[in-house]
Formats: sequence, structure tokens, C-alpha cells
Amino acid sequence: MEIPYNVEARPDTGVYNAKLGIWLFLASEVMFFGALFSSYILLRTGAPVWPMGREVLNVWLATTNTVVLISSSVTMVMSWVSLKLKDFKKYRLYMGLTLLLAFAFLVIKGFEYSAEFHHGRFPSTSTFLAIYFTLSGLHGLHVIGGIIVNGYLWGPGAKMWKTEPERFTNRIEVAGLYWHFVDLVWIFLFPTLYLL
Amino acid sequence: MSSHDDVDSIKKQARAYIKVFVGLMILTVITVAVAYLHMPVGMAVAVALVIALFKGTLVAGVFMHLFDERKMIYWVLALTVLFFFVLLFYPTLSEWDQRKL
Repeated sequence: MEIPYNVEARPDTGVYNAKLGIWLFLASEVMFFGALFSSYILLRTGAPVWPMGREVLNVWLATTNTVVLISSSVTMVMSWVSLKLKDFKKYRLYMGLTLLLAFAFLVIKGFEYSAEFHHGRFPSTSTFLAIYFTLSGLHGLHVIGGIIVNGYLWGPGAKMWKTEPERFTNRIEVAGLYWHFVDLVWIFLFPTLYLL
Repeated sequence: MSSHDDVDSIKKQARAYIKVFVGLMILTVITVAVAYLHMPVGMAVAVALVIALFKGTLVAGVFMHLFDERKMIYWVLALTVLFFFVLLFYPTLSEWDQRKL
């Protein structure tokens, strides 16, 4: 049985089903990260002392990661554009770049974390480090999730381009929405943890 | 599906994505630079928030196609924003009588 409205818009919502679905999921993710940011605010305002992020963490690695993630958002949307322009080779290139940049983000994060552990800075060391590792760690898990989905869509999932190209294009749009959200969270996380 | 499907309009969107990318890079540089200026904490938070909100609006509006999305999606987001602020402020407000100014 065919799934309805995966290409044409549903008349009552005005969008294809997956698009509404992903926005609803992103709404739940807003609650998730909202609760964590809220915890950060409460912990920081209630603490007698609180370090400046840059005194404890590596601002330059994080700035590099910001550039990396924003770039990956651009390559992600360009991979969707490529499919809209019916250029599958370009799609593979841009999606491949997105994946590479996502891996780069994790590798840089790995260097950051190991440097912090090397200096004896663990989640248990202080409240600041606890919320720092929680926030950045959970964000990192979301990056891993995105890599798995995008990796599938780059690899075996790309078979759908031959049979249902418009539905596949919509899948890339929806995956892109998730990926941009992960980027958005980092855009707020970066100044909050590292610069303030 | 929408007016967005013809080749010219897709190419126009692609140009917009590149412009936004450049804008986001500039804003990232500004974010870091401004953080090294000396200002009171409250002001630093406000400035960082404004820049982050601007970057976020660009990502959401252009990359996530929100600037020309359907009403249904706007409704989902409006409710989300409302509940997000409830969630953000609930723990703080529930402890309001314990605050030390």
C-alpha cells in the first residue's frame, strides 16, 4: 500500500507529510535543548562563582567547529538544490562534503574533549564542566545521528533516486531540516559555553 | 508543489544560500571579536544573544525555507516558541522567592 502525500501536499496542512512530521519532531527537540539551556541559566545564576568559558575551554577549536558546521549546512542545502536541478552527481558530491564536514566536527570535538581530560577537567570537576559536557555531548550525539541518516541517504538510500526521484528529493529536504537544526543549536551553544 | 520548482527560481535560491553563508561567516567573526571587548556581563549576554538570534533567523529563514513556508508550519513554530519560553523560565520563576539580588 502506498504512503500518501509524500510528494504532493496534503490539502489541509498545505505541505507533504514528512515536512510536517519533521517540524513537529524539531519542536520536540526545541523542548529538549530548551530544558538544557534553562538548566544552564539556573545553574549559572545560582552559582557563587562561574568561570568565563574562554578561561577553561579552547575558543579557537570551537570557532573552527562553528565554521565547519555552518559550512556543512550550506553543502547540505546545496545537495538538495542539486536534486531539484536533477543533477545526481552533484548531489553525491555535496552530501559527501556534508558528511566529511560532520566528521571533521566530531574529530575536532574529540581533540577538545581529550585535551580537557588531559588537564584533569571532567564532568565531575565542576558545575560549569558538568553542564558543558552535558550540553556539548548531547549536541554531539545529535551530530552522530545526522551522520547516520545522511550516510544512509548518500549510500544505499540513494537508490530511490532511480525509482521515485521527487520523493527522494523530499527526503533530502527533510534530512536537511534536521541538520540545519543541529547547526542552529550549535550557533547558540557556542557563545553560551565558550564566549560568555 | 509550489512556485519554487522551476530551474531559474531554484538557481536564485542557490545564490541566496551562498550569500547567507558569507553573512554567517562574517557574523561568526563578529561573535568572537565582540566577546573579547570588555563590557558588563548583562550587556555581553544581550549582544551575544542578538547576534546568535540574527544568525539563527538566517539559518531558519533561508536554509530551512521558513521565510516562504506554509501557515501550518508557522503555527507549529509559534506554539513551539511559546512553550520554549515557558520551559526556559519555569525553573527560574518557580524559585523566584529564593533569589538574591
